[in-house]
This record gives sequence, structure tokens and C-alpha cells, in this order.
Amino acid sequence: MAATDIARPSRLPASGWIGILLHRLGISGRSLVIAIPFLWLLLYFFLPFLIVLKVSLAFITIAQPPYTHFDSAGNFVLNIGDSYGRLVSDALYIKAYLNSLMVAAISTVLCLLIGYPFAYGIARSGPSMRNILLMLVILPFWTSFLIRVYAWIGLLKNNGLINDFLLWTGIIDSPIGMMNTNFAVYLGIVYSYLPFMILPLYANLEKMDVSLLEAATDLGCKPLKAFFLITVPLSVPGIVAGSMLVFIPAVGEYVIPELLGGPSSLMIGRVLWGEFFSNRDWPTASAVAIAVLLALVVPLMLYQKYQDKELEKEA
Amino acid sequence: MVAVEKPTKQPQNKHISAPWTDPKAEPYIRIENVTKKFGEFVAVNNVSLNVYRGELFSLLGGSGCGKTTLLRMLAGFESPTAGKIFIDGVDMAGIPPYDRPTNMMFQSYALFPHMTVEQNVSFGLKQDKYPEPEIRQRVAHMLEMVQLTPFSKRKPHQLSGGQRQRVALARSLVKQPKLLLLDEPLGALDKKLREATQFELMNIQDRLGITFIVVTHDQEEAMTLSTRIGVMNAGQIVQTGTPQEIYEYPQNKFVADFIGSVNLFEGHIVEDEQDHVLIRSDEAGGDIYIDHGISSAPGARVWVAIRPEKIQLTKQAVNERHNCLSGIVKGIAYMGNLSIYLVQLDSGKQIKVTMQNQVRASEFMIDWDDRVTVTWHANSPVALLS
Repeated sequence: MAATDIARPSRLPASGWIGILLHRLGISGRSLVIAIPFLWLLLYFFLPFLIVLKVSLAFITIAQPPYTHFDSAGNFVLNIGDSYGRLVSDALYIKAYLNSLMVAAISTVLCLLIGYPFAYGIARSGPSMRNILLMLVILPFWTSFLIRVYAWIGLLKNNGLINDFLLWTGIIDSPIGMMNTNFAVYLGIVYSYLPFMILPLYANLEKMDVSLLEAATDLGCKPLKAFFLITVPLSVPGIVAGSMLVFIPAVGEYVIPELLGGPSSLMIGRVLWGEFFSNRDWPTASAVAIAVLLALVVPLMLYQKYQDKELEKEA
Repeated sequence: MVAVEKPTKQPQNKHISAPWTDPKAEPYIRIENVTKKFGEFVAVNNVSLNVYRGELFSLLGGSGCGKTTLLRMLAGFESPTAGKIFIDGVDMAGIPPYDRPTNMMFQSYALFPHMTVEQNVSFGLKQDKYPEPEIRQRVAHMLEMVQLTPFSKRKPHQLSGGQRQRVALARSLVKQPKLLLLDEPLGALDKKLREATQFELMNIQDRLGITFIVVTHDQEEAMTLSTRIGVMNAGQIVQTGTPQEIYEYPQNKFVADFIGSVNLFEGHIVEDEQDHVLIRSDEAGGDIYIDHGISSAPGARVWVAIRPEKIQLTKQAVNERHNCLSGIVKGIAYMGNLSIYLVQLDSGKQIKVTMQNQVRASEFMIDWDDRVTVTWHANSPVALLS
């Protein structure tokens, strides 16, 4: 955070009666501006987090709500064993976690492989073409995410558009089973999160100085090699940002595996849903949520650290 | 320029033997009728140019005159719409930048931001797969030459502008190209660093014998650096010559006006002989006598260019038939070593005169609103036909 220490502008003198009042109270305009998002996050993120944390440490009971903070003897106890104990002892949860991380990781790599050429193409196209292409990337956001995932069912199912077309052309005799497979889950995740990969990559590649590539070829480097020696290393910040934006939500993804995946597509989001709505085991569901959060906070923190380092470099 | 067949009356500098005065000399870089169009826009218009081995040739012109496009065609980043480019006798058509015997120093330096100074300089050698010890030795030698050895492990963003510029220079020199192309090499430097680097460049060029082509918009830079200058305007080379030729004998109004400052008088020819020409100019309000001929029909419209430092002012009346005008001093800019006088001639035309301040302020000093006589020597003006 050294970057913020360098260029901190001096505080402006207070003016007007509100300003004078705030000044008397020792509140600067800067902290007032920061206070709004701060309060928002406190109220709608941190407080619910504390509630979930507390629920995860409660006892399951048949009541409304289905948990209690008191043990059978009526004492107030933090119950770690029941919920968190189950997470480590039951192989189902560990398998679901690992599967989620793997699906998210593979989807991120696929998004990167598809998104990079896409972003590169947009960044190197002419100004008018560039706007059209960017518009096309953003266009799917105008339709609800849920509806777009449902639309894939219509495409993938046995009597869906793709199978119908292939049957009609005679390429296949019987429909290919694409629905409720891992393939469908990857397809859904890559499709849904691709724009989150393309946009930060585009932003990075677009500002890259083309004369660097000219300099590389001038020094005897062939264009393809120059791409790997110059373009790729310089786009690492974009790759990291895009990968985080895909990986983090993909880990906790519920809708796509639920709608497109089969019984084998065991992901932590589905497990959480099952605990909460089917088993009505709120403490375990909360514990699963807390564990997912912890698993994601680590890469987030790494990302934050990386960004700080980048900022320092620029300053 | 000596190779013109008909006896010329054009003025010429006597010069010592140089490749461009020797008709038998083989040019190292041959640009033949090269044209480059971007859509409808003609950036370079039918340019032909010969540059000889070991020269430091400057392409000088304002922005948008096509000088950078010409340089980029030599480097291979653009291909000519028409015409041919030869380097050391080899036709460069279809040869990509990475196979050309040229290296370029970019205006923005284009240093690789993720590599250290050392890695930047060694990049070109690594592409050619030189053995590791040789690369290390050549890079070390190069860094020593540009005095950057202590900075070899730094990244470009940790360097000052002058240091970056030297890294760029080292990177483009380390492969010892046949031809080094420099795009505004000193553009981003402050005046002192500029002067130091100018001499450093000339020094390097002397030592390594590499042929340089420099693109610049700065006439002072072109004057001090170059063996020859090509002045460009609107995609064409309007004059090629040594710095002296360009300054003393501009061939047209554009060059006269672009290089240094000049007073131009429009007039028509009254006499045109082998040894002199007499021009009557209403704009100047008198006759101008020049001691060389210009090969033109009597009565033709011409322009006379006289440099401000080649004009004398005096408060005494002078009685001469020509090269003698009178006027009133309308402004003086005192520069210390010299002063610039703005003189309004009786014809109404304002001219600029610079004179050395040889003596301290005295009663002979010319002051505002003084009536003065303006004179010059018969070999000072140049008559221009276009």
C-alpha cells in the first residue's frame, strides 16, 4: 500500500456550515465519502457473514428456525464438532470441494485459451470494428443469466436443436447425450464467464505499445516468438485479473451444474443447496459456506497482493 | 551534384572528395522512385535517394512530411506501394524486418518494460543464437560504451530519460547492423543532454563505421550530426546536400525558409550573365546584384533569399546602385552576443537583420526608429526560381 503514501493530496479546508460542523466533529470529507460503501459492506456483507458464522456453530433442531444456540442441557455452546466435524470426516464434502476447484480451474484455463485470441483480436482491430466486437461481448448481459443457461438446455437436450440438426443432416443416427454431463457443465461455465476473461484481457492488450513488437522483430525475432516473449509477459496482469474473475465465481457455481450437470457433477454449490433446503441442516450448510469463503479468500488475497505490487511498479 | 553534364551556372561549394561527389562510388542504400500511399493519402511521393557507406544521413522535415514513413520502409515495417529499396545491393522487397541487416532506434525507445537493461540489450543477440559467453561479452562492452554498466540490472522504469535513450541506442547498436535507423533520437532529451549525445553519436559512428539514417524535425540536430541532409516536404525530398550546401545554397523557397531564418524578396531578372545576375525587386524597393548566374530567361520571376546575418546596417548614408536599401528600425531583440533588428524598408517590407555586438553600447549604436541603410555583399544573396 506504499502507493497511497506517495501521492496523498493535502486536505482541503472545510467550507460551508456542513463542512464546519464535520470539521468540528473531526470528520473529513474523505472519510465521509469512504463511509458510504464502508457502511454498506458492513451492513450487507460483514453482518450477514457473522450471522452465517454463528449459525454454523449452532445445533440442529426441529423448529423454526431449524437451529438453536443452546445444547440439550440449555447451555450456550459454540458447537464446532457437528458442522465442521462433518465437513472433514465425510468424504462427500471433500470430494465436492476438490471437484469444484477442478471444474473451476479447467474452466478458467479454457476461458483463457478461448478469450486470449478473442481479446487480442479486438485490441488489434480498427476503432469502429473494435466497438462492434466489444458490444458483441457485452451483449449477452442484456439477457438474464438464468435464461441463458436455460437456453442451453434447449440446445443440448436429446431432442434439442443440436441433436435435431445432426439427425436431419444424417451425421448421426441416434441423439448424442449431452445434457446432464460434465461436458455440459464446462460448456455452461465457459460460455457464461468468457466475457469476464475477455474484458480485462482486452483492457490490458489494448494499451500495449505496438512499437515493442516492432522493436522485437527489428532485433531479429519472428512474430510468433515475439508474441510469447513480449506480448504474453506484458499481459500477465490481464491474465491474472481475468482468471480471478472466472475462477472465483465458478468455484461456488450452483445454477449451471444444477441445470446442465448430471448426478456426477458434484459441486460445492449444489451440496450447500442440498444441506440447506433438502436436509434443513442449517449449521452444516453455513459451515460449507464459510469453508468456501475461506477457500476463495486465499486466491483473492494473492490477487490483491499482486495488484499492489503492480501499482508500486507503476509508481 | 558534379555529375551534371551542361556547364552549370548554379552556385556551388568547393568540397573535398566525398562519395556523393564521386560518380563511380557505389551507393550503399539505394532508394529508387519509392512511393507509399495510405489509402488516398500519399505519404512518400516518388523519392529517389542514394546513401553511401559510413554516412550519417539526416532526413529533415516538418511533421507529416513522410520522413518517418520512409524510415519505416527501410526497416521493413511498411512496404513501398511502388519503387525499390536496395541495401548493400540486395533488393529489400518482401524481406521482413527480422531478416534485414538494419536496426532501428525508436522515437519512443520501445524498451521492453519487463526486461532489465542487460536483457534488453542482449535480446537481439539471443535471437541470432550467439553463444552465451559472446553475448555476455558484447553486451558488457556495449553497456560500457554508453556508460550504463552500473545500471545493467535495472528495469527501464527505474531509469531517467537520458539513460533509457542510451539503452535504446545500445540495443540497436549491439548487433552491429549494416544500417542503423534512428527516429528522432534526441527528441525527448533536454538541451544539455542533447548536445552531449549528439557528439557521442558522431563518435560512435566514427568508431564503428556503421551507416546511419536519422529522422529529425530539428534542423540544429541535423546540421551538427550529418554528413548530408535530405530536406523533405509533402512526401518528397526537395533538396539533398551537405549541411553547408543546404544552408548557404538552398535550391528553393521551402528549403531557404525551413532551414534557419531568411529574408525573401520577389523580383524579376533584368540581366543574367555567366558571372552575375541583376534582379529588380519592387518588394525590396531596389536592385539586387548577385555575383553568380542562375540559368534563366530574362524577365523570369525569381525570389532572392538573404540570411539575416549576411546583412549590414549602418546609420550613414551609402551611395550604391544596388544591394543598398534604406529603412527604419522597428524593433530590436538583444540576445547578448548578437542583436536581431527588425527593419521596415521604404518599400514597406519588413526584414530581419542579425548583427554581432562587437562593441559595448555606444553612441554609434543603432536604436529604435533610427533611419538606417541596409547593405549586403554581392555573394550573399541566393536567387531562387521556385
